[in-house]
Amino acid sequence: MSPPSTPQTRVCLDGNEAVARIAHRLSEVIAIYPITPASSMGELADTWSAAGRPNLWGQVPEVIEMQSEAGAAGVLHGALLKGALATSFTASQGLLLMLPNMFKIAGELTPAVLHVAARTVATHALSIFGDHSDVMAARTTGWAMLASSSVQEAHDLALVAHAATLASRVPFLHFFDGFRTSHEVATIEALTDEDLGALIDDDLIRAHRHRGLTPDRPTLRGSAQNPDVFFQAREACNPYYDAVPDAVRAAMEQLGERTGRRYGLVDYAGARDAERVLVVMGSGAGAAAEAVETLTGRGERVGLLTVRLYRPFPSEAFAAALPSTVRRVAVLDRTKEPGAPGEPLYLDVVSALAERAAVTGTAMPRVVGGRYGLSSKEFTPAMAAAVLTALAAPEPRTAFTVGITDDVTHRSLRVDDSFRPAVPDRLQAIFWGLGSDGTVSANKTAVKILGEGTGRHAQGYFVYDSKKAGSVTESHLRISAEPIRSTYLIDGADFIACHQFGLLDRIDVLRRARHGATVLLNSPWSAEEVWDRLPAQLQHDIITKDLRLWVIDAHAVARDVGLGRRINTVMQPCFFALSGVMPADDAVAALKSWVSATFAKRGEEVVRRNHAALDAAIAQLRRVDVAAARAAGVAAAPRSAVVPSQAPDFVQRVTARILAGEGDLLPVSAMPVDGGFPTATARWEKRTLAPEIPIWDSSICIDCAKCAIVCPHAAIRFSVFDPGQLAGAPEDFPSKPHKSRDLPGTRVSVQVAPEDCTGCGLCVEACPAHDKTQVKRKSLNMEPIGEHLQRERERFDFFQTITGVDRRDVAPDSIIGSQLRTPLFEFSGACAGCGETPYLKLLSQLLGDRLLVANATGCSSIYGGNLPTTPWAVDAAGRGPAWANSLFEDNAEFGLGIRLAADQLNARAQQLLQRLAPAVGVRLATEILAPPVPGTPASGDRAVADQRERVARLKAALAALPPDGDVRELLEIADELVRRSVWIIGGDGWAYDIGSGGLDHVLASGHDVNVLVLDTEVYSNTGGQASKATPRGAVAKFAAHGKATSKKDIGLITMSYGNVYVAHIAIGSNERQTIKAMLEAEAYPGPSLVVAYSTCIAHGFDMTQSMGHMQDAVKSGHWPLYRYHPDEAIPFQLDSKAPSMPLADFAASEARFAMLRRSDPVEFARLMAVAEEDGRARWHYYEALATVDRSAPQLPPPPGLLTHPDGARAATSEES
Amino acid sequence: MDLTTRYLGLDLRTPLVASSCPLTGRLRHLQRLEDAGISAVVLPSLFEEQLVHDSLQVHGVWEETGGVGAEATSYFPDSQDVQIGARDHLALVSAAKDALSIPVIASLNGVTPGGWASHARALAAAGADAIELNMYAMASDPTVPGGDLETRQLDLIGEVRDAVAVPLAVKLGPFYSSLAHFAVQVVEAGADGLVLFNRFYQPDLDLDAKAVVPRLVLSTPEEMRLPLRWVGLLFSQIDANLALTTGVHSGMDAAKALLAGADVTMMASALLLNGPEHVRQVEQELVELLTQHGYDSVTQLRGSYSRVSMPDPVGWERANYLHVLASWAPFQAVGAAQAYRSVSDHAVQ
Repeated sequence: MSPPSTPQTRVCLDGNEAVARIAHRLSEVIAIYPITPASSMGELADTWSAAGRPNLWGQVPEVIEMQSEAGAAGVLHGALLKGALATSFTASQGLLLMLPNMFKIAGELTPAVLHVAARTVATHALSIFGDHSDVMAARTTGWAMLASSSVQEAHDLALVAHAATLASRVPFLHFFDGFRTSHEVATIEALTDEDLGALIDDDLIRAHRHRGLTPDRPTLRGSAQNPDVFFQAREACNPYYDAVPDAVRAAMEQLGERTGRRYGLVDYAGARDAERVLVVMGSGAGAAAEAVETLTGRGERVGLLTVRLYRPFPSEAFAAALPSTVRRVAVLDRTKEPGAPGEPLYLDVVSALAERAAVTGTAMPRVVGGRYGLSSKEFTPAMAAAVLTALAAPEPRTAFTVGITDDVTHRSLRVDDSFRPAVPDRLQAIFWGLGSDGTVSANKTAVKILGEGTGRHAQGYFVYDSKKAGSVTESHLRISAEPIRSTYLIDGADFIACHQFGLLDRIDVLRRARHGATVLLNSPWSAEEVWDRLPAQLQHDIITKDLRLWVIDAHAVARDVGLGRRINTVMQPCFFALSGVMPADDAVAALKSWVSATFAKRGEEVVRRNHAALDAAIAQLRRVDVAAARAAGVAAAPRSAVVPSQAPDFVQRVTARILAGEGDLLPVSAMPVDGGFPTATARWEKRTLAPEIPIWDSSICIDCAKCAIVCPHAAIRFSVFDPGQLAGAPEDFPSKPHKSRDLPGTRVSVQVAPEDCTGCGLCVEACPAHDKTQVKRKSLNMEPIGEHLQRERERFDFFQTITGVDRRDVAPDSIIGSQLRTPLFEFSGACAGCGETPYLKLLSQLLGDRLLVANATGCSSIYGGNLPTTPWAVDAAGRGPAWANSLFEDNAEFGLGIRLAADQLNARAQQLLQRLAPAVGVRLATEILAPPVPGTPASGDRAVADQRERVARLKAALAALPPDGDVRELLEIADELVRRSVWIIGGDGWAYDIGSGGLDHVLASGHDVNVLVLDTEVYSNTGGQASKATPRGAVAKFAAHGKATSKKDIGLITMSYGNVYVAHIAIGSNERQTIKAMLEAEAYPGPSLVVAYSTCIAHGFDMTQSMGHMQDAVKSGHWPLYRYHPDEAIPFQLDSKAPSMPLADFAASEARFAMLRRSDPVEFARLMAVAEEDGRARWHYYEALATVDRSAPQLPPPPGLLTHPDGARAATSEES
Repeated sequence: MDLTTRYLGLDLRTPLVASSCPLTGRLRHLQRLEDAGISAVVLPSLFEEQLVHDSLQVHGVWEETGGVGAEATSYFPDSQDVQIGARDHLALVSAAKDALSIPVIASLNGVTPGGWASHARALAAAGADAIELNMYAMASDPTVPGGDLETRQLDLIGEVRDAVAVPLAVKLGPFYSSLAHFAVQVVEAGADGLVLFNRFYQPDLDLDAKAVVPRLVLSTPEEMRLPLRWVGLLFSQIDANLALTTGVHSGMDAAKALLAGADVTMMASALLLNGPEHVRQVEQELVELLTQHGYDSVTQLRGSYSRVSMPDPVGWERANYLHVLASWAPFQAVGAAQAYRSVSDHAVQ
């Protein structure tokens, strides 16, 4: 990823790298915080600085990762005021967290550039995709705003921004569209150091430094001002803003002179005598330009005006750029401002044109505004053409939308899907693959080889679905002799490859195939056998579209050359050979030299095997003869239902369409108006990902239920039931007598959900029961799914109808006891073998029917709440966890709010019940209101069930009463009399870093909330950036040379309050301690913090070994197990033994540590020695703590306890 | 007492050499060995298999965590510094060479034909005074004849011989159907010396882990008999140096090795057990023993008890066994009686 050290002007890179290459060379301080889709800019800057790459002045920029974007903005502000050149990269909520400092930085007229990969701000839902809602929220900060609409522009205008900010002293927000530009790989002409040096004026840098804080010329910045002067002072900066357009224009002109690439503040293209003009900003300009060119080619008088400088809005330049013939203008905004008379760009355009009309006395064009492309919704030339067409109507509609079907408020424009832009001849190819199979990286390589080495232009754009396990990827490649500005997905591919045969059943991979296109399948079946294995729809498309079909068994080739599952170097040369984009021999040679260059540092053997794969691939490629099939003709089979008919209505109408890849076709009316979705939907999404699934051998089973407790996907179920339940079971349904004195006469079944299993193998690893005659055989064994799917499906269907023993009869504090409870978190899209989800599943089993979850943004909010489905489920009574995600940074506070509201509703219900006691029965009311007996938590299974039963009687009694106000109100909230369990859940990024302040405050508040930290010791969701939970010696992004500082001991910090329950758990090491900790945390009537060791693919080991790694983490002292119970005489109890394994041995088994051993063995040894000492010291400290009696003096009861049956509430003061 | 000897063309102060073991993998231990008087060191083996495994593992980590999803396109920093391969090992060779004044012999355990030669070149370039090839082939495939395995090994030795100019020793296991014949071929293929024998780690079973596990068991002096016999048999029959390793713990053991015909004796277990300074004691014992028996130099006694030097050469072969039985003093103790019965039962069979 590092740029070549010699200047090379034609390169292929994505928008983020294009920008980072400028920013890194022009900065001294770079403060960042990871956020999609901007993360890679900071990561690249960090990688380059870590490798010692200097900036333009020969100095290595300091790159620092902060605890949040607010922190990064603070560092930026400080660095700027001291006179450094400083920058940052962000998006979406991150930008919003920077706003306060942005006002300050602008108010102080400080040159700075912030590069933003513009992303949707979370509203009714989070979205990681691109639109302008974030940058539009920053438009009042006083920062100049410059918009780029392509990778080349992002590269060029990044430099313009750095140059213009120095010239104008006004800070610049440079933005480009998230994903569409930030992640598009394109051929660009790179700017050299000389180009940068020419545009950056060293005198201006000196002036900036001279203004910096220094005790030699002391000044005061950031005074407090009063009504007498603030206003005037605020107006004092006006001349600087007035000068911005000229500063930008000057930089653009200078750039144009050096490079030939000319930009204006706004740029017009189209008919000189245009009557209708489209105005856009950002990547939509690419699609719009193709539409306008096509229409003008047909003689239409239309044009396109692209806005680049958005703030200060260049009204004059805008008006001047419009041909005088223009009568109608449509302004497209990629954002929504509910309630406004129009979106921001529209209002600016109206104002600029009104101003011109007033001044010049000319007629003002009719201006309409509309929205497009929210959250990276496709914006195509057909949509741009539809806007221009609508603009020709006698009464053009304003406040319209384009790209969706609005059947509620009917604002959407009709789009003619047959519109095709006239573009030069080019090769268009689509590749289907899975997230980790190398398809995307292979295509990035192809773009580089074709775009850098052949004189042609190349473009790559990559689409992922929202799953972490089995994520489907689509790669869209365009290769052309002409520059490519098509900023939309390919519709009409000349080449389509499917790298995973299993996808053919699930996805219509040929939907975008052009007539006569070439199709390449990675097929386990030979050219002679494959036809009959293809879905009928696919056969039909191949015949009717006259497609040429080729196959290769890439997995066999990869296996034979020793590359395991990695098929990218097998599929790649096939694309080159079949598409004709390069002669096969040249392609293989080019790929070989790429392999040599890229993989050299990974060892000769890796290079040799990849070379062997390249050679073998072409030889194994076979054309499929479809003549016979064509003669016979094939009818397209009707598509089978995506979800079964018993699925709920919403799932049938909405979820199933999204699952089928038809979400774009859903109309507005299909959508919940407030972002509320039903839970228990993952069970309808049958993905059948696993090539092998666990099959139970009841004769070996010892009823331990370990398989079920470790399963990250709730795909292995354990049930104990009365033999009578077996009536109606499928033939041979396996069960066995249960070995339990407590539940005599019962039977046990262990059942896989075959279509939901990811095949991670954790259950088999965890199974302790071996066959006595053959040690490799266990009670669970992985077997090919093909042989078992149908039978296991039937068995699982039946298994779900079994009513297990009553949970009230079995204590939950054992592995079996916990696993008898139905998981209410099932079939998540988390990574196969995820270390976090077993905790969530367990929590849902223990407390699911009374659970309220506040979930911080991160992995758990993505696998927990990313459409189309959610794993949070309901029990037979329809109860289950209610789940909500607010933000990344505020989760603890959000959860506390939920707690306070639940307590208030409970108190109100108690108050009403007191009042209505005579009417409903004093005895019933007293029972309901009685405080829980000490030691029997109000949320324990029995207490909850009994209370629910009483509340049911109460409701019946209320229903019989005259429905006055109190009766109606109590009926509505009577269920709140059942204790709610509030859990605040998130990862270490939230708990240790961005949400640390809030979490600390919530834990200190004394309220009865439970916090579960899923500690993977790294930012997992955004891709492995270091957090304060990252251990010493681990390599992570922003800790490329190994994290030098130790992991924050969040448990110890929290214990210092004395009244917070704290537990440190690792389910793979001690399941019972995990269960105990969760139950104790729940029962403790104050705040609780449970920190759960969670293995993650970011640790770099085979995830089937997850549980073993957890055991080693504990054995090596890396993760001691303990519980701190404030109510106990000696609160701190160590639950693990003294370290018995060298920490270095544990570290050596995980790539996150082992990377450092390979890159810097001396530093590795040093950090490991220090870490070993950390562990030893911590252990001694904990041992000492385990003897400390902290029970006296008596702590005051936490406020959560102060609600009494009489409804009175003790006064508390939260003010400080 | 003249203890000097010549091994692989290297002049050594004594015949006591440290064989490849964990001690020779650390610079500070190497220095202690030198201080204690060791005459040469064989560094731990460069295991090509390990390098390939590491290489594929690291490649796998990068490849399989890359492009996983829209948010996390990678999980590890693409560090330019990560080195896979023999860098650390070669650094040890160079460092040992710099730090020590005694000869440093590198050891190589390869798997691929090309790998042997290229790694040998790298070891020589790093400064190794000689290279010891560690031959290892489990003859576990019932379809592969022994002759094929031997041919493959001889080819590899030839390749390495062509690749490097430094002296070459070949460390063999005892499991060849005609060891003497194979030894001659090994020398013809280019070996300057033979190291007898490679002491393979034998697997063990762990009932708790339900797994086959590796377990390091240190050698005992008793185990010296096997290499001793073969050194005695091969002495003067092949045109190469002989090194005896396995079971050398004392000056007496070293003397026996030399008497049988070894140019050097190699120690590992005794050093691991007693520390590097044990060398000093062994040398002292050797000197005392030789003095006691009236020897002036190692050259004098080397091979003096070998098969060719013995009045009854058959003593080195089958008859050896009969001698054992004949010399046994029966009924000395109950334990001995049982042992005798079991031995004689065995002999009858």
